[in-house]
Amino acid sequence: MTSFLDYAPAPESTAILALKPSYGLFINGEFVDGHGDGFTTISPSTEKRIADIASANSADVDLAVAAARRAHDRTWSKLSGADRGKYLFRIARLVQERARELAVAESLDNGKPIREARDVDVPLVAAWFFYYAGWADKLDYAGLGTNPRSLGVAAQVIPWNFPLLMLAWKIAPALAAGNTVVIKPAETTPLTALIFAEILQQADLPAGVVNIITGAGETGELLVNHPDVDKVAFTGSTAVGKAIARSTAGSGKKITLELGGKAANIVFDDAPIDQAIEGIVNGIFFNQGHVCCAGSRLLVQENIHDDVVERLKARLSTLRLGDPLDKNTDIGAINSREQLDRIRDLSDIGESEGADRWTADCAIPENGFWFAPTIFTNVSTSHRIARDEVFGPVLSVLTFRTPAEAVAKANNTPYGLSAGIWSSNGSRILAVADRLRAGVIWANTFNQFDPASPFGGYKESGYGREGGRHGLAAYLSEAAPAARQAVTSKGATK
Amino acid sequence: MTHLTIPKTYKLYVGGKFPRSESGRVYEVTTAKGAFLANAAKASRKDARDAVVAARAAQSGWAGATGYNRGQVLYRVAEVLEGRRAQFIDEIVASEGVSTAAATAQVNEAIDTWVWYAGWADKYVQVAGNGNGVSGPYFNLSTPEPTGVVAIIAPRESSLLGLASVIGPAVATGNTVVVIASERAPLSAISLAEVLATSDVPGGVVNVLTGSAAEIAPWLASHADVNGLDLAGAGDLGSDSAGTGSAGTGSASTGSASTGESTWVDLQIAAAETLKRVLPPVSGIPSRSIDRMLAFTETKTVWHTKAMI
Repeated sequence: MTSFLDYAPAPESTAILALKPSYGLFINGEFVDGHGDGFTTISPSTEKRIADIASANSADVDLAVAAARRAHDRTWSKLSGADRGKYLFRIARLVQERARELAVAESLDNGKPIREARDVDVPLVAAWFFYYAGWADKLDYAGLGTNPRSLGVAAQVIPWNFPLLMLAWKIAPALAAGNTVVIKPAETTPLTALIFAEILQQADLPAGVVNIITGAGETGELLVNHPDVDKVAFTGSTAVGKAIARSTAGSGKKITLELGGKAANIVFDDAPIDQAIEGIVNGIFFNQGHVCCAGSRLLVQENIHDDVVERLKARLSTLRLGDPLDKNTDIGAINSREQLDRIRDLSDIGESEGADRWTADCAIPENGFWFAPTIFTNVSTSHRIARDEVFGPVLSVLTFRTPAEAVAKANNTPYGLSAGIWSSNGSRILAVADRLRAGVIWANTFNQFDPASPFGGYKESGYGREGGRHGLAAYLSEAAPAARQAVTSKGATK
Repeated sequence: MTHLTIPKTYKLYVGGKFPRSESGRVYEVTTAKGAFLANAAKASRKDARDAVVAARAAQSGWAGATGYNRGQVLYRVAEVLEGRRAQFIDEIVASEGVSTAAATAQVNEAIDTWVWYAGWADKYVQVAGNGNGVSGPYFNLSTPEPTGVVAIIAPRESSLLGLASVIGPAVATGNTVVVIASERAPLSAISLAEVLATSDVPGGVVNVLTGSAAEIAPWLASHADVNGLDLAGAGDLGSDSAGTGSAGTGSASTGSASTGESTWVDLQIAAAETLKRVLPPVSGIPSRSIDRMLAFTETKTVWHTKAMI
């Protein structure tokens, strides 16, 4: 008997890619050799090599920062805002033109389903550049008074979960505000950043305005601690975020840290239940759960717990795990063996600490890194799986009786990035949203992103915001006092 | 007939009460020329931790008060300060060695600073918040909220104005604070605490410690229940000029932390462990600014679906 779960594979072709066998560092507008120990980027779904990647050592970082400094002082900061905006508009259009290629490359290198790379990541990348392009000649409205200044050279280090999207979140506001950039993609997902470098060449962006240097953690460390860097923007783990806060203390660098999370997704008994189930699934199983704002702690009102868990299991049993390039795939590959080990470890700890484990029954491909969607019930607030960020397709289910208890449990974490609330009672949603200590709160939805919407955390989820006017202001400082005076006196003569 | 004066006992201000330091320690406060003025309490690590507990207990209530209410309370502080201006002028003249005119100017400026921040309490949300026009059927609003508990090292100069310039911006938005007063001129801080205690400021919203910043600040910088750190007056901590001769001896807290030698950078490094929001030192008195308020706020963005009708 066939069911709708039996389907013909519909793989997206990789013929659209024109990959090089090896990639250098993108410094001062061209690809150059790196002088660190190069490495290979593989596809996590097959473990097959995609390309050889250069690694930047200390001298390479110096070169990249010097190129960015030159470009800032001589070119980019002297360009009109309108012209900076035009370059960003060009980039947005080029991303749209090459959208399919970028989506395939992202899926290949990261392991995420092509459906998500194609429908979420890449469209948002274009949207981010389009949004900030329009800001470039409107900086007086960023909230820092007239004639705000760029900071200078921005050092940006991004994670592997949304490689190209995180690049866009970082580069678009930095350039709109008049800064130049040295950015380091994650070690396991450098591919789309290097294709993006080709896009910058097509856009004829002035040399040195964006420099892309690949490498491991040490390269990132060299970059953020470089003395000629004015701004550091980092997305990644809380442990590394703390190390950056320590090492940059006293330096005067402006810092944005977007770190880990352990978001509560709170479901009240009057929630629109079908939407809530879809939202819970999207909240934790989107992108294999490799999402800092993932709804990894489900807080469900006690009287509907059993019903919600049954519905979740039924829904998860319909998800298709497998080839990320297959357009039918819902759950792709775990990004790396290292991450897979971490997910396995924490899940094993969840079991040994007494929680009940349920895993969707799906076939696991022979090669590559995979982890089937998993739910833990009977979880208590002290369990590691209720406290530690798993960063994988693992949902911990806890219960509550009253809104006050839901709030107390939701806030019982050092993190504070995001939260979800599901209820048909609008005033209750707003009251709960008021009391949640989290930077992004989704009510009757989850994992929504938009370039106009500020994103970032409370507490140990970091500081600073990305997106919207707030994300632009993070790359600006007030006009110099003399300039402010000049503006005032000019205004007075009008 | 002469009246023999009754000197005041200067104590700490924690949780709305005026306790002595649990350590039993005091230190001598002198005029600019070195004459004895008072024995101020020399707060210990335990006092600092008690102050954080008090600030945390008061935080949700203060943040939950309406901006209008916080604004009125802060304006009330200015009213009561105005009525006690003579006392503050005398204290400033005595301990800072400035002219009466300079002390008067400082008191005026301090009062006006309270009024300025009072006015912001119900407006900063509008100025720093945004409705966000996202591409989809969503209501989407960003609003700033107070960060939580903020530890402050007050400016060493202009004791009363310095306090207004750092406490005002933090509490206007709904934070609660633990402030370490100027070590050399702490008397204005305790007299200000008396004003706060009689101005409808709930106990625990502002907690005042006197003593050695070099000794106490490291415990606040590393305290996991402190969310923000304002290093306004910490610029010369650990440098040669910071010692007052009375610091560091007989310390009750000679634990593992290296107290006494910490510079402000060490404090920022300690703050990194719990990712506190940190404002760096300023030279002189921080000017009034919305940035100083927003440094200890968090932007919360709420999305809500809109029905298809």
